[in-house]
Amino acid sequence: MMTIDPVTLAIFLPLFGAVAAFVAPRAAALIGLGTLALTAAAVGLLARDVIATGAVIVPLGGWGAPLGIELRADGLSVAMLVLSVAVGFLVSLSALDALKGPANARQRQYFWPLWLLLLTGMNGVYLSSDIFNLYVMIEIIALAAVGLTVLTGTRAAVRAGLDYMYASILGALLFLMGVGFIYLQLGRLDFAGLMDAEPTGALFAAVALMLVGLALKTALFPLHFWLPAAHANATAPASALLSGLVVKAALYIVLRLSQYMPFPSESLLTLIGVMGAGAVIWGGIQALRAERLKLLVAWSTVTQIGLIFVAFARAGEAGLTESWKAAALLILAHGVAKAAMFLAVGRIKDEVGHDTIRDLDRAPVRPTLAQFTFALAAISLIGLPPSLGFIGKWSLMEGAMAAGYWHWIAVTMIGTLMSVAYFSRVFAGFLRFDRVRGTVAEHQGWAVADAAPLALAAMAIALGLMAAPILNFIEIGYPFGEAK
Amino acid sequence: MTPDLIYGLTGIAVFAIGLVGALCAQDRLRRVLALKLCSVGAGFLLVVGAWRTPPMAPDPVPHALVITGIVVMVSATAVALALIRRLQTLESSDDDD
Repeated sequence: MMTIDPVTLAIFLPLFGAVAAFVAPRAAALIGLGTLALTAAAVGLLARDVIATGAVIVPLGGWGAPLGIELRADGLSVAMLVLSVAVGFLVSLSALDALKGPANARQRQYFWPLWLLLLTGMNGVYLSSDIFNLYVMIEIIALAAVGLTVLTGTRAAVRAGLDYMYASILGALLFLMGVGFIYLQLGRLDFAGLMDAEPTGALFAAVALMLVGLALKTALFPLHFWLPAAHANATAPASALLSGLVVKAALYIVLRLSQYMPFPSESLLTLIGVMGAGAVIWGGIQALRAERLKLLVAWSTVTQIGLIFVAFARAGEAGLTESWKAAALLILAHGVAKAAMFLAVGRIKDEVGHDTIRDLDRAPVRPTLAQFTFALAAISLIGLPPSLGFIGKWSLMEGAMAAGYWHWIAVTMIGTLMSVAYFSRVFAGFLRFDRVRGTVAEHQGWAVADAAPLALAAMAIALGLMAAPILNFIEIGYPFGEAK
Repeated sequence: MTPDLIYGLTGIAVFAIGLVGALCAQDRLRRVLALKLCSVGAGFLLVVGAWRTPPMAPDPVPHALVITGIVVMVSATAVALALIRRLQTLESSDDDD
């Protein structure tokens, strides 16, 4: 007799939904929203269980580790599940509007199956507790994410999607190579087996291979080359999913490795921090130079990912037991805020008709509410209080100060200043009315379609007020050994 | 040098050749082939790792991993090839490139 539990459901519901949405394209949107609601219910049940009893472990088919596949849910995984389901639900609502009309029929047909498949892969990553399962799940994510990238079918999008595909395959193969080396050394693939491993040079090499693969997947500077084009050329809901959620899956794996593996030495951790610093600065420069709004937002993703890696490195090897929490907060903050921002940019582009930053102040149409949403999301991304982005940056700097690593504080400050500078380019365009040639057209400034992005942006701000409960929640079931 | 060391180094060499190709090749199809070579190298290494001195049976787990890896790679290759074809169609129909 097979028992059905919320952990299994969180992975299989979206999978079945994806198949159903593919088979019945006419009802795809309905199936998609229904599946999301059911998945949200499963995640809710799971959250209740985790709060009540701590980490939940489910051996699939009754086969436990080390041979079978075990799914494990603790506070951090449930937080990531909630992020993907909540952000995904609001993005889906917004996709209903963004992909309407006969011209978008083809996009609509493929959006839902791909997005549900993506959710399957992401939920799988967040619930996996062995590194080979993680490899399979990041490949599922990659295939779905490339599909979403090329959804518009334009030449620029297909070209960007192909580059993304190359980067993704290579990243996954490097990860697989690392997984192979680890198995050959330890004979185990589950986290429980990896935790007790003796830190040897060969094991460091294997972990380093996996980290390079993940850096390629999450677009850490200088391996970020594929990201700006891919995220900027996708359709708005797809960009929101790609930037808000997809890159987080690989980041989450880095987080898990830092929790469970005999992690790379201080020097490798410093290297990660330096790459993050490079991303913050180079991404900032490119965002300042970007001509199109979507490209600016995509480069801002590069800088934010860099910042999350700086958070890993903020207090060196000794501080890693705390640093992952700062990184996790930044991951959650960026996921919500960036999804809101990409959706807002999509709305602005729809209303104004273009997304050239220089001409935003000449637009005769003012989509005020979408612009307001953009500004709210920017507040969280810049890291102004009381947003969740502020709390994340604050805990990054707090840890760095405590450890006396002042250089990471300098990097964070430079990144913050640059983000103020490049977002101000956009605000200036929003706020100047004197450049409009002719009268400003009749436009009420808002539409029902602005509701979903606005809700996301409000979440990005309001979650900052709930930072303490969130921090307590993600610590449930950590460290690994205390799991039941 | 023991046979499994020779085979293991061969696997790493094949992976490295694929890696160089994937990073340096300009032609789209060549890059896909280079990535395939990478996956062959990684799989080769795992299969070699499963080998045990004859009376002992080989370790079946790496074999299972390699089979999964092959399935994943086949689908990834299919997607990459489909994208390349679509891009070619788009580029040949556009004159301004």
